[in-house]
Amino acid sequence: MDSKAFWEILKSRGITFVAGVPDSTFGDAYNYMVDDPEITYVPAVREDVALGIASAAYFSGGLGGVMMQNSGIGNIVNPLTSFSLMYKIPVLLIVGWRGFGGPPNDAPEHWIMGVKTPEILDLLGVPSVVMEPESLESDLDRLLAKIKQDSVPGALLVRSGMIS
Amino acid sequence: MIDRYIAIQAIMQRVESNDLVLSTTGMISREVFVTHDRPANFYMIGSMGLLSSFGLGLALQSPGKRVFVLEGDGSALMSLGAMPLIATERPNNLVHIILDNEAYESTGSQPSISSKVDLAEIGKSCGYAYVARVEDMEGLEGVLEDARTTISGPRLILVKVGIAPIKDIPRVSHAPTEIRDRFKARVQSAS
Repeated sequence: MDSKAFWEILKSRGITFVAGVPDSTFGDAYNYMVDDPEITYVPAVREDVALGIASAAYFSGGLGGVMMQNSGIGNIVNPLTSFSLMYKIPVLLIVGWRGFGGPPNDAPEHWIMGVKTPEILDLLGVPSVVMEPESLESDLDRLLAKIKQDSVPGALLVRSGMIS
Repeated sequence: MIDRYIAIQAIMQRVESNDLVLSTTGMISREVFVTHDRPANFYMIGSMGLLSSFGLGLALQSPGKRVFVLEGDGSALMSLGAMPLIATERPNNLVHIILDNEAYESTGSQPSISSKVDLAEIGKSCGYAYVARVEDMEGLEGVLEDARTTISGPRLILVKVGIAPIKDIPRVSHAPTEIRDRFKARVQSAS
């Protein structure tokens, strides 16, 4: 899927306020987003900082986005449990899934989190879907419905090579 | 040196009805709650260190409202990276107040490193549009008066306060979702 198509789908669902930390998974989609005047992007210094910033969108009646790498899930465990899930403040996590499938895929630092990513999100009670380009719209709508219904954060997991 | 509780009372007296006030986990939220509970207060009862990031997001999302961030030295030090981010995003409606007692008072007053590091100097280096360090009530009243005028970017106010726990101070009694809902209504309200 090309970057423009990816962002048009997200923007049409109201994702226009995004904070994050870059990941190579997103490739050109990062540059496309930063250049898109319809998206406000805050280049956060850490994933927890990005979560705090993006969550503000909920209070204006919107839904914020957090772009991050799955290694950053470790940095948002406490904000998820004692902020997002406790106050029930939804946000969409757009997570680059490094180390998908475990060794020998990707670099060693991604092996463990690559395997554990869905389990950690499940354990925390954060719903997630894995991006498949052909069904992104319906999968995303299902995730967004769950986010809205339960008023919780949700994660779109994006594997390497899905967006060009 | 000012007692923090007295500093919080002075700040809350200066807050206007349309202003959003965010307070960090621990004693600061309890003291804001006891001093002046209002729907436009967001008590961050957990997530130490997250407050300034949330405040930045709100300031960017609600440019028509002043956003007061009230945190401690421990909270500011935990997310020090948020300070240069606030300074570079430059919201002119953000008033970042650090109530610095050089200790983790809520957990038993263990010392923090802010006795050896000047958080106001860090704020200057980050590029806040206005940085003040105050150590007495006169100084605090002066900078709060200054904060009524709009300048080109965020303000950082470092208030050196003493360790003076209020005995049996209650916890914030509102449920988290109640804090959220009444705050959300105030964010969306025009006045």
